[in-house]
Amino acid sequence: MNRATLGLQGLQLILCVAAAPLLIGWVGLCRAWFANRSGAGVLQPYRVLKKLFAKTPVVAHDASPLFLATPYIIFAATALAGASVPMISAARPLTDAADVITLAGLFILTRIFTALAAMDIGTAFGSMGARREMLVGFLAEPALLMVLFTPALISHSTSLTVIVQHLTASSPILYPSMAFAAAAYVMVLLAENGRIPIDNPGTHLELTMIHEALNLEYSGRYLALIEWTTAMKLFVYMSIGVALFIPWGIPRHGGLAHLPWALVLFCAKLCIGGIALAFLETILAKMRLFRVPEFLGTAFMLAVLGLLLRFLLRR
Amino acid sequence: MPPFTQVINMLAALFLLVAFAMLSQRRIVNLINLYAIQGLILALSISVVAYGTHQNHLYWSAALNGLLKVCVVPVLLHRLVRTLKVAWDPESLVRIPTVMLLGLALVIFAFHVSLPIAGLARTVNHDTLGVALASIFLSFLMMILRTTAISQVIGFLALENGLIFAATSVTYGMPMVIELGIALDVIVGVLIFGVFSFHIRAQFDSLDLRHMERRDE
Amino acid sequence: MSMSVGVPLELATGILVLWFLWAPVSLLGTRFPHLVRGFFPISAGAAFTLSIAGFMALTHAPMTMTLPLGLPSLPFHLRLDPLSGFFLILFGATTCAIALYLTGYRHREGYPVELRIGFSFHILLASIVLIFLADDVYVFMLSWELMAVSSYFLVVTDHHTEVVRKAGFLYLLIEHIGALAIMVAFAIMRAHASQGVGMGYTFHALHKATLSVDQAGLVFFLMLLGFGAKAGLLPLHVWLPEAHPVAPSPVSALLSSVLLKLGIYGLLRVLFDLLPAPMGWWGLVALVLGLVTALFGAIASAVQNDMKRLLAYSSVENIGLITAGLGLALLFMAHDMRTLAALALAATLYHCINHAFFKGLLFLGAGSVLHATGERHIGRLGGLIRRMPLTALLMLVGTLALAGVPPLNGFVSEWLLLQAFLGATAFSQPYLNMGVPLGAALIALVAGLAAYVMVKFYGIIFLGRPRESTLQNAVDAGPWERAGMAVLAALCVALGLLPTTVMHLLHPTIAFLMGAHAPQALHLTPGLLIAPLAVRDATYLPMAVLGVMTLIGVVAFVAVRRLFLRRMRRARPWNCGYPVLSAQMQDSAEGFGQPIQHIFATFLRLRRVVPVPEDAAPFYESVVEDPLWYVLYLPIMRAVGKVSVAAGLLRHRKIAIYLLYSFVTLIALLVFAS
Repeated sequence: MNRATLGLQGLQLILCVAAAPLLIGWVGLCRAWFANRSGAGVLQPYRVLKKLFAKTPVVAHDASPLFLATPYIIFAATALAGASVPMISAARPLTDAADVITLAGLFILTRIFTALAAMDIGTAFGSMGARREMLVGFLAEPALLMVLFTPALISHSTSLTVIVQHLTASSPILYPSMAFAAAAYVMVLLAENGRIPIDNPGTHLELTMIHEALNLEYSGRYLALIEWTTAMKLFVYMSIGVALFIPWGIPRHGGLAHLPWALVLFCAKLCIGGIALAFLETILAKMRLFRVPEFLGTAFMLAVLGLLLRFLLRR
Repeated sequence: MPPFTQVINMLAALFLLVAFAMLSQRRIVNLINLYAIQGLILALSISVVAYGTHQNHLYWSAALNGLLKVCVVPVLLHRLVRTLKVAWDPESLVRIPTVMLLGLALVIFAFHVSLPIAGLARTVNHDTLGVALASIFLSFLMMILRTTAISQVIGFLALENGLIFAATSVTYGMPMVIELGIALDVIVGVLIFGVFSFHIRAQFDSLDLRHMERRDE
Repeated sequence: MSMSVGVPLELATGILVLWFLWAPVSLLGTRFPHLVRGFFPISAGAAFTLSIAGFMALTHAPMTMTLPLGLPSLPFHLRLDPLSGFFLILFGATTCAIALYLTGYRHREGYPVELRIGFSFHILLASIVLIFLADDVYVFMLSWELMAVSSYFLVVTDHHTEVVRKAGFLYLLIEHIGALAIMVAFAIMRAHASQGVGMGYTFHALHKATLSVDQAGLVFFLMLLGFGAKAGLLPLHVWLPEAHPVAPSPVSALLSSVLLKLGIYGLLRVLFDLLPAPMGWWGLVALVLGLVTALFGAIASAVQNDMKRLLAYSSVENIGLITAGLGLALLFMAHDMRTLAALALAATLYHCINHAFFKGLLFLGAGSVLHATGERHIGRLGGLIRRMPLTALLMLVGTLALAGVPPLNGFVSEWLLLQAFLGATAFSQPYLNMGVPLGAALIALVAGLAAYVMVKFYGIIFLGRPRESTLQNAVDAGPWERAGMAVLAALCVALGLLPTTVMHLLHPTIAFLMGAHAPQALHLTPGLLIAPLAVRDATYLPMAVLGVMTLIGVVAFVAVRRLFLRRMRRARPWNCGYPVLSAQMQDSAEGFGQPIQHIFATFLRLRRVVPVPEDAAPFYESVVEDPLWYVLYLPIMRAVGKVSVAAGLLRHRKIAIYLLYSFVTLIALLVFAS
């Protein structure tokens, strides 16, 4: 671990934290274009964050310290997850700390704290949101783990660095099991980040949505942190998808020489990913809540099938 | 692995993915679109096999399959659906997670069955035989579990897709005569299905097969 | 007393004797209550010393001792080897915390439970130590029975209530079915032990016994049945959700943390130490049984509304995970993949000690809540984080540990288990190759369900608004109780942040279990990074996770404060502008578990009382029951009933008929003898 890799790690962390609202803005803009509207601009989330930070937070009388600490905890956990995913370089000091299972564990941590904080105030919306959030979570996390296991089995390692290095190795090989894993991953991404068809990120109706019910009692800087965390979560998920399924272009070893090209390529991939996400959100309709377990069950089965195919097609 | 086999394997995986997607679909319109995608994958795989083994007659087969299964048949089916006003969801008889589990079990079984066959012949691409067999089983399962006549027809067509996929990618080629024979069988079958669909609807005012079953009691 | 006795074994035996001697003295509880209560901290100290002895035993060669107690030609053999040492550490640490808790525990006002249980408690502790130290069948079965009986008396402390008596009876019944199976299995092994009549019953002799494949299989099956009944594997788990809720909370904690591990200890001792090399199907059976148990336990715990029943089913789930790891290790050993077997064993042992700590913590906390509020039903609790802040904090640690969240200890053992599953791609059989990653899928599903259950448990009890008005009288736990819980919480955190230390400790036990051909061990890294197989394959550094998270959190906090300081303002909850806010608007316990109940309806059995619209006093009740009762137990009971009714036909009131029976038997014997 030398200065270069440490610097690279810090740069990636800052990139994840700073550029996440930009991604949300880009997806929102693409959705507006697809719906034949002129959107609010790609910097809109930053304006929202600035507005929220500047406001006085109003908190319920009987909110416990857990409620007040949760935004910081989930912000830190998601930022750590972002720092562990190979974005602009495959080899970083934090790869030793966290592999794919730890990544899934960090997401579980975020989800549990969000649900607990929602239940803290004791309104009907809070417990309803917590219940729905855990429902989505308990099916989506196994599916995510299965999707992550497929490249782990291919590369004989659960470390994301090794996976990326293996997948970008000499000759590009098409892995059929990754096709299934990719389909399952898209479904899991939609579910975990609360995009259509699971949840509509553009509305603020609490009764039909999940994410709004969880944030109902937060305001001011706490709400700003939570919104930022949501943006970072999408950013991290898309980077994981890029690292697993279109890894070509990520430098295998750290080094400032490859940095500009890697940065440009990464931004390009995320832009295309944002357009694809906006397209998916436009053509799909939000499904009824009791269909969500079926949706996630299908994702789980697809991921398991991908895992099976790994054995059945590659002797 | 040589790139040719890799591409065939990838197309086989996509074929299986589409078969699974058809299994978990609720709407007939989506089923028809998925069938068109499956036909496209089939045509692509036949072209790849033709390119890899330098058998030019397979190009004709690919073109024929592509034309029929991606253009003609889906358009006809869409028109049929519009005429029959079949706008409701085809409800499966069994819940979707159970269906997916059954599908998973069938895939494992298909590979179990194809294991000894691979040991027999040298030219057989063992992996894709398993996949093709699995997609045949899945289309059969779809036919069993559906309650509308049209979706059963689509299941039958998907079955035929699987057969042709098995024949071309596993043995790298199929005599044209056999393929034309299969195609003729399918055309006749679809014609009969179409005629029957009109008759059933005229008789029962609905294409739901449960009405027909109840009638017999 | 014979030779080669080391200090640890003497220490352990001494503590054993101390507890046996103290137990009758504590019968004087009513006369000298302070004396009895004051002994509990001494017990805690003794338990701590026991775990030190266990530590020492890990690095020592196995020590033996023969005591001339027991029958004239059957002396007691005792042995302290690394496996016993590991379980002594587990037992010692947990019991230390529980004994500390017991010092300050008051069951109900004016109901001195710790005086009532003083006798049975110490006998139980002594018998558990004796089980771990046993080196022959005689001592083992004797202490097993002692443990069963003393724990029965502990469970039925509240014997005035009928539910408690029935639960205790069920516990004792299944316990004895298991003990019978174990005894028969030991008898089979003894029959084939080569040494003479006197010494053929030592474990050493059994280790050398030659069994045919079928006999070994039968022994495996009986041992799995017997020890599985103790550990709580399906289908003999039904005593767990009945016995845990009715026992006093510290006893439930001991039951869940330590007594269930006795079953695991027995399985490890028999399958790895006493029996010859395992067959492939043993591992597969144990693995499948463990996975099914884990899934069932997780689903059942999600729909429970009684605090302790929820934790009991959660114990079933964790025991299932431990057994799955054990089965995986057996499978790997049968296929001669020794490094992976060591990894699977490491995961199993780590999860054993993790579960002991966090489940003990959760039960102790549940005991504090029960004492403070008098409620066991979750749906009548709520908002306790404001009345009992320290208990809530310690319970949060336990909840997160059970949910398997980094950087606590539950995550480390799950990580190891998943790594073991993922490494299983080198089997020669294709079905095993495919099946084992499917097992990993099931474990991921179980982990997801565990997180759901823990959010339900913690959220409904501690968060939100109090659902009953009596809850505002709740007070926090006393200092002794907090001390006990804090010990376990600190251990949870320590085991989560220092996995390499734990791996170094586990290594002698794993080497001992793997036998003579111990593998070139798991890659034991110095420092804080755990990398069991190879650094390239998989690594985890919990200190870095915690450190970076804290750093980012602090930086965010400071930055936000400096740039945008706005004083926080307190107000009524927003509640979407709705003016009325009552505690009944929150989710009830049944409501929070309803999605799981709906999805997994086939695994459960639901009894519902639904009101009709015209009801003047509508009443809704839904009770979720264990389907195994109706599938397995009730049919067996009915069959037994039918057989006994049929046998009753032999009874008549007439004396002449009985004389006829004797006469006919005599004639028949004479006919057959001639």
